[in-house]
Amino acid sequence: MRASAEPKPKQEAEPIVKTGADLLVEALISQKVETIFGYPGGAVLPIYDALYRAKGSFDHVLPRHEQGGIHAAEGYARVSRKPGVVIGTSGPGATNLITGIADAMMDSLPLVVFTGQVAKSVIGTDAFQESDVMGITTPITKHNYQVQDLEDLPRIVNEAFHIASTGRPGPVVVDIPKDISSTVYEKDVQSEFHLPGYQPTIKPNPLQVNKLREALVIAKKPVVLTGAGILHAGGSDALMKFVENYDLPVTSTLLGLGAFPGHHHRFLGMAGMHGTYAANMALYECDLLINIGARFDDRLTGNLKHFAPNARIAHIDIDPAEIGKNVTTEIPIVSDAKKAIEKLNDLEPATLDHQEWVDKLESNKQNYPLWHNDSEDVILPQYLLRKVHEFTDGEAVVTTDVGQHQMWAAQYYTFNRPDRWVTSGGLGTMGFGFPAAIGAQIAEKDSTVVAIVGDGGFQMTMQEMSLLQERGLPVKVIIVNNQALGMVRQWQEKFYDERYSESIIDTQPNFVKMAEAYDLNGYKFESVQEIDEKLADVLNDDKPAVIDCRVVQQENVYPMIAPGKGSHEMIGVMKP
Amino acid sequence: MKRIITATVHNRSGVLNRVTGLLAKRQFNIESISVGRTETEGVSKMTFVVDVEDERKLEQLSKQLNKQIDVIKVSDITDKQIVARELAMVKVLTTPQQRGELQAIIEPFRASIIDVSKESMTVQITGDSDKVDAMIELLRPYGLKELARTGVTAFTRGQQRQQTEMKPYSILN
Repeated sequence: MRASAEPKPKQEAEPIVKTGADLLVEALISQKVETIFGYPGGAVLPIYDALYRAKGSFDHVLPRHEQGGIHAAEGYARVSRKPGVVIGTSGPGATNLITGIADAMMDSLPLVVFTGQVAKSVIGTDAFQESDVMGITTPITKHNYQVQDLEDLPRIVNEAFHIASTGRPGPVVVDIPKDISSTVYEKDVQSEFHLPGYQPTIKPNPLQVNKLREALVIAKKPVVLTGAGILHAGGSDALMKFVENYDLPVTSTLLGLGAFPGHHHRFLGMAGMHGTYAANMALYECDLLINIGARFDDRLTGNLKHFAPNARIAHIDIDPAEIGKNVTTEIPIVSDAKKAIEKLNDLEPATLDHQEWVDKLESNKQNYPLWHNDSEDVILPQYLLRKVHEFTDGEAVVTTDVGQHQMWAAQYYTFNRPDRWVTSGGLGTMGFGFPAAIGAQIAEKDSTVVAIVGDGGFQMTMQEMSLLQERGLPVKVIIVNNQALGMVRQWQEKFYDERYSESIIDTQPNFVKMAEAYDLNGYKFESVQEIDEKLADVLNDDKPAVIDCRVVQQENVYPMIAPGKGSHEMIGVMKP
Repeated sequence: MKRIITATVHNRSGVLNRVTGLLAKRQFNIESISVGRTETEGVSKMTFVVDVEDERKLEQLSKQLNKQIDVIKVSDITDKQIVARELAMVKVLTTPQQRGELQAIIEPFRASIIDVSKESMTVQITGDSDKVDAMIELLRPYGLKELARTGVTAFTRGQQRQQTEMKPYSILN
């Protein structure tokens, strides 16, 4: 399927001695890898030696902790839609990568992760820095390999890239024992592969597509739900055409934001636990729900008993296992999202009899918009996010951790273009946003990249400020600092009678000095005036910046579907 | 409901771990699992007996198995014409006087005695699970010292019974 590794240069004087690690490097070059996020160590010494020999072939990014490296690779993958390549050593190197691998698995991000392993002769003896990487990563990878034979290495690398980046993307781990990477090899090796057990269905079944169209033309209350599958497939333009052909209202999952422009008049806002009233009521009341590339996650659906109770469900997904997993589906379409939408667009458009429905949704949108408190003095987090949108013209790549700041970013940073939004959705990983922003900035040198992080999450991976210092990457870190683990605090307020157990963290480092210690510009904004007067300049500067924004601690994210409730049972829909 | 699922898989290290791990992670209840090589080099066959709540769970099971890169084909053969067998070895406490009696019990099951000692006897039985169960129940009163079962292995019969409702008529009758 893939071309074999490039032919080795013939030198007559002295034959070049090459090792398994050189084979790996050649395979990476043939895969057109440009950036590697890696951290050296004992078991990958031969690989790093080969990388040294191949200097100039790759941009090697050295994080200060493996977790930072793999989250950066995720950010890189999400924005560029190319696989992120990660190298870690055996034992602790590999285990430090676990959170990132699990995160990529949940959010379908293509990663190829190479881990060093102790030599084959000592595997299983509890050798120094040995860990059972295959055992640990099996449940959190799309696939994993341990290279048993040097001759398999190029084929495995090619398979790994193919598996990671096709079908439903995901992380693939390749565990390479040290003796494999250091063995000298002489003969040519095969790099072609054949995977009879892996043949993703890319094209939709035309009968099912017709069925969907038939359901659509008789629908009175249709709604489209966009998921990240559209982004992975690059299907935004096709989607726009489809939506306009039938004049359909659209809502989105958290990860699908940007697949459809947020400012479009038919966009209802994000749906789910902290989605808009209009979006959640549309899901509740619709008679036809067209899910394109979303997986009906529990944070979207709320209580399944009350999810879209009167709707016929159509579900387009490249992963057949997602169809019917949580929600009974009448019209299943296993396909690449873009290909399925294009097929729908090939059919003759129709005018739907749904004026009453779109009018109702429009009035919901007008009557129950997102709301927040106002202040002329202290900073409200929602106001901050609106300003970030304003000052970056809504064009920035925005990354986040998990929690309140993530929800406010999703609500108030309206995404009008695809691939601008990098967030940890499924796994909900604190400490994801900042390193992910670094990876996104490396993928897009000229874009404005803003990491929206909480004060809790930032402290989990803030050592990666070194990378900003080292490379001058102009990432802007906005710490939405409420001196609390905000979402935990919110739940404790609402569901645990305000028993704030370990969620208020009022002892903090001086983030400005911390930034300065890394030779970065640090700012601390405590008032609306400072935001209004200074934030725009900082965001549009071409230097990195860490901005500690002190926001009101007691703010909650609304509206909210309380756990166990249906999507029609939102609280905090209107300003009290 | 009990279902028999077969999966042909690439015989690679880790594949059994991946498959059983997946079933455990998604809370499927495996009653038995048997694995062995097939007529094709490098390909193994796994046979699972699983207990699933409903159709949706069953569908998930086969989809999740199919999703694995090293899994080539998954079939639910429960409702097909199949041959399914398992092997059990039972070590029963016996006095020398009881040996003849036990011999008589196991004979209708076409089981055989494969080891005898002073106070016990080991019986080997092959057949479908019901038959194995039935024999074990008959032996239980004597005292089971040890029992080991391989789990079911199965495949479809060479010829499947006509599945259609219509009777197949020929011009001759």
